[in-house]
Amino acid sequence: MNWAKKDLLGLEYLTKEEIELILSTAESFKEVSGRNIKKVPALRGKTVVNLFYEPSTRTRVSFEVAAKRLSADVINIAVETSSVKKGETLVDTGRNIEALKADIIVMRHNCSGAATMLARHLNISVVNAGDGWHEHPTQALLDIFTLKEKLGHIEGLNVSIAGDIAHSRVARSNIWGLTKLGAKVKVCAPKMLIPPEIEKMGVGITDNIDEALKGADAINVLRMQFERDEKAAFPQALEYFKTFGITEERLKKAKKNIVVMHPGPINRGIEMSSEVADGVNSVILEQVTNGIAVRMAVLFLVAQGHDKNGQDTD
Amino acid sequence: MPGEIMKEKAKILDKDTINRSLMRIAHEILEKNKGTKDLCLVGIRNRGAHLAKRLAGCIEQIEKEIVPVGILDITLYRDDLTLVAAHPVVHKTEIGFDISGKNVVLVDDVLYTGRTIRAAMDALMDFGRAKSVQLAVLIDRGHRELPIRADYAGKNIPTAQKETVEVRLEESDGADEVVIVEKD
Repeated sequence: MNWAKKDLLGLEYLTKEEIELILSTAESFKEVSGRNIKKVPALRGKTVVNLFYEPSTRTRVSFEVAAKRLSADVINIAVETSSVKKGETLVDTGRNIEALKADIIVMRHNCSGAATMLARHLNISVVNAGDGWHEHPTQALLDIFTLKEKLGHIEGLNVSIAGDIAHSRVARSNIWGLTKLGAKVKVCAPKMLIPPEIEKMGVGITDNIDEALKGADAINVLRMQFERDEKAAFPQALEYFKTFGITEERLKKAKKNIVVMHPGPINRGIEMSSEVADGVNSVILEQVTNGIAVRMAVLFLVAQGHDKNGQDTD
Repeated sequence: MPGEIMKEKAKILDKDTINRSLMRIAHEILEKNKGTKDLCLVGIRNRGAHLAKRLAGCIEQIEKEIVPVGILDITLYRDDLTLVAAHPVVHKTEIGFDISGKNVVLVDDVLYTGRTIRAAMDALMDFGRAKSVQLAVLIDRGHRELPIRADYAGKNIPTAQKETVEVRLEESDGADEVVIVEKD
């Protein structure tokens, strides 16, 4: 299995084999972070530009650490302080970065499809670090990687995703990835946060958290973004916790070794109680560690994919 | 290479001669290092790793001592990543012991340009400061592009550049043999 794509835009566009290649490559990269000298020269001389149109700390830092452990040079552009404020278009910004002879752009953007559009206009690699409500592929890959590490396989697993499904790119990428690898996915949210026609993605639907927990091998609890939409469909954080929050009480009725995931940052006492977040079922911090390995694998593969594309046109 | 016709020219080593070579190398390693103290073997994936395990077996037979064996994947240290048509797959490095202060014997199947060994030495340096690094190979076929030599070699074989030496091992290829193949 070879990687031949210059970009990573979403899990929708990957085959099962391509997803598995990223996961197995990430496994090898995980070992690097456990060494005394946490650095390999694989991307020496390459430049990675983090272009973030939305505030993000954890994803940006994770990509930055990943790139640095591969010996790449990293430049961070936070758009609040850039010439986008002066009216530059996305494609112009991309072309300027390309003219700097950068090799990879890692982009977070509030518009769905922004990464795909940019990738089409540029020869250098584009990695989607989250675009609107569309996809956040590396988050889903690290979720799946963690799950596979914990349970040994993905095929045949029952995985529930709870939270604001309608506005969640993490949910969408997870659904694509998990279903391609043969897991059964169920989404759980208040009815107004379930997007129409989601069942066409091959998932089950429930608005009862106990039902989402029942028989599940894992539950991925999404962050409720009360700060993003002030007139949110769900008025009260506390009300959400009462109806949907994961508590020890509720976990008792689930499988004993159910894996509890959360992309972070956690709202303690809203999506889950502190006891659950810090409990034996939680793998939240392992997800952070695995995020580095997965992003190292993605940067390494797209860099190779880009070189290969360059060769093919000769 | 797909599409290219490879002609098998000569069989240089078979199961018995491979075993004798490895046994001799094991004796030489023990002689040079005066026993197994501070000695460890690190094989370069894939076939070097198999050979390292076999060498450790030979050493155990001779000295009744177990020598630690590690596996090194050098993909991330290569200088030809962009030149390789088929992308190398990254595998795990497994060195479960501290190499600091140790005499490390790097093991590989074929020594050719020396670039793999250069990469392996770079990788090894990131794991600690070895007391010494030595090199054992089953076949030395010449054509070095870097100032690197083997401390222990099973067999020196003069080859032409258009020839390839293929080492096949039971563990990965189902049989023990070394052959020269020629691209037509």
